[in-house]
Amino acid sequence: MTSIKPTEKLRTRDVIAAAKKNEKFGKIIPHLLLAVTSVTVLATFGIIYTLLKETFIFFQEVKITDFIFGTEWAPFSNADQAFGVLPLITGTLKIAGVALLIGVPFGLACAIFLSEYATPKIKKFIKPIIELLAGIPTIVYGFFALTVVTPWLQSFIPQLKLFNALSAGIVVGIMILPMIISLSEDALSAVPASFREGSYALGSTRFETAIKVVFPAAISGIAASIILAASRAVGETMIVSLAAGSTPVFNMDFTGSIQTMTSYIVQVATGDAGYGTTIYYSIYAVGFMLFLFTFLMNRAALYIKTKFREEY
Amino acid sequence: MDRVLQSKINRRLTKDSAMKWLFGAVVAAVLGITFFLFYGIGADGVGRLNLSFFTNFGSRFPEKAGIKAALVGTLALMAVVIPVSMFLGLCSAIYLEEYAKKNKWTAFIEMNISNLAGVPSVVFGLLGLTVFVRALLLGNSILAAGLTMSLLILPIIIVASQEALRSVPDTLREASYGMGATKWQTIIHVILPSATGSILTGSILSFSRAIGETAPLIVLGIPVIVQFLPTGPLSTFTALPMQIYDWAKRPQPEFADAASAGIIVLMVLLITMNGFAIYFRNRSEKKLKS
Repeated sequence: MTSIKPTEKLRTRDVIAAAKKNEKFGKIIPHLLLAVTSVTVLATFGIIYTLLKETFIFFQEVKITDFIFGTEWAPFSNADQAFGVLPLITGTLKIAGVALLIGVPFGLACAIFLSEYATPKIKKFIKPIIELLAGIPTIVYGFFALTVVTPWLQSFIPQLKLFNALSAGIVVGIMILPMIISLSEDALSAVPASFREGSYALGSTRFETAIKVVFPAAISGIAASIILAASRAVGETMIVSLAAGSTPVFNMDFTGSIQTMTSYIVQVATGDAGYGTTIYYSIYAVGFMLFLFTFLMNRAALYIKTKFREEY
Repeated sequence: MDRVLQSKINRRLTKDSAMKWLFGAVVAAVLGITFFLFYGIGADGVGRLNLSFFTNFGSRFPEKAGIKAALVGTLALMAVVIPVSMFLGLCSAIYLEEYAKKNKWTAFIEMNISNLAGVPSVVFGLLGLTVFVRALLLGNSILAAGLTMSLLILPIIIVASQEALRSVPDTLREASYGMGATKWQTIIHVILPSATGSILTGSILSFSRAIGETAPLIVLGIPVIVQFLPTGPLSTFTALPMQIYDWAKRPQPEFADAASAGIIVLMVLLITMNGFAIYFRNRSEKKLKS
């Protein structure tokens, strides 16, 4: 960049030359910035490319139908190695199911309280705590699940194993709470005050207004927040690695050890499976499934939010 | 007739106040869980927090295990993540907010950023493992992990910085152009300085995300018991969340205490950073108001 020192005697010629130089410089800038911005595009394609490439190699060794429809996942078995992904998907769905069962009612109740009932003072007290909850690393939640929640649950569910889907799912539910609360509260707060006033004028109570007027008007944003939270639960890794165990099972038992797609990737990464083995490639195939799941859910959330948004 | 109506109204009012208390109770429960979470973890770890915990390396013996290598490793990791992610994030945000035309290519980039934000962190680990660790031969080094983490938090930084730039009033831009400044001069001397507060807030929050992330480090193959301090960007290292993960997995209760103590250190680090973020946010809010 060229600038003219204020002490110099200004000559028109110099001023024009400096301006021209600046103009030239200004023309390159957007191109440089665009090049840097392309890193995000590169990263997305890098993820898709690496996952697809290694997954392709995996499918040369394992039949794709065996992978998708197989009900047995036994990569470490020497005698009958099996790569049926359904047990991992079942495990993932168990965690996400329990998490939503906890996260959705609690999260929506908090969101309604914050947007419809709380005074600004109470809001100012609660919001930072929710933000704090959102900032806790998932490894901390995982440790909490393993050392606090599981022993507590065991005191009234005696058959609960040390590693189980229930406790990990509950804690994943707590982890997704801040996300549901803040996104749903945004959606509820965006409903214009005139809606509430109209409802009060007709004689509705605050609760009736919240449930029958405000909530339906904000439903697209709320649905999007739930789907996004479900996607977070599906992709959650550390809580399930620490608290849910590593036993790929294909059943509906919530009290025993399970394995999710994410915790399988962690198990292989911490083990000593060599580079180039089928097990090594399998983490990319599982990673690709995981990517696909979360990608579709995130897209769906965005679609619902924009497509069904009511304009006021 | 009146009595019927009155009793109906009473029932609705009772329901209304009952629901108010129910919602309030749920919020209280969530706050209670937060407290319980911190208390449950903190109580066990406080006893382990002494000087030797900070000056000892990791160890097979729980009473000797410390976080020296992990703490230094985390700081070294941030020394890579902060400049790389800030450079990429700020340039992208400036391009998208100040230069990009509203066309398909821009919409495509924005879509990519929102997709990237939703990719699970463990998948970023797979990307880092393939590209940085294996293809670029960086091994399980600070640089490889730092680049992976930078990509992971890049979408958050971009979106936060975009919002910060957007909140700068147009009158400032116009005044700057009116003084004869070029677009770039306006961005550097006018827009960026007035958006610094909000940019810092968003960035600090994303750095604290990078400090706590564990899954990508595990996938990259970052070791746990490291008996030396990192010597450079290509040196092997371990990080706080890795160390906590390793201790948490071990069956001996003494290691669980060490994990608790590690978590306390991690949380103190994160809450301090959050404090800075809130400070910058309040300062920039005040500035915009005046």
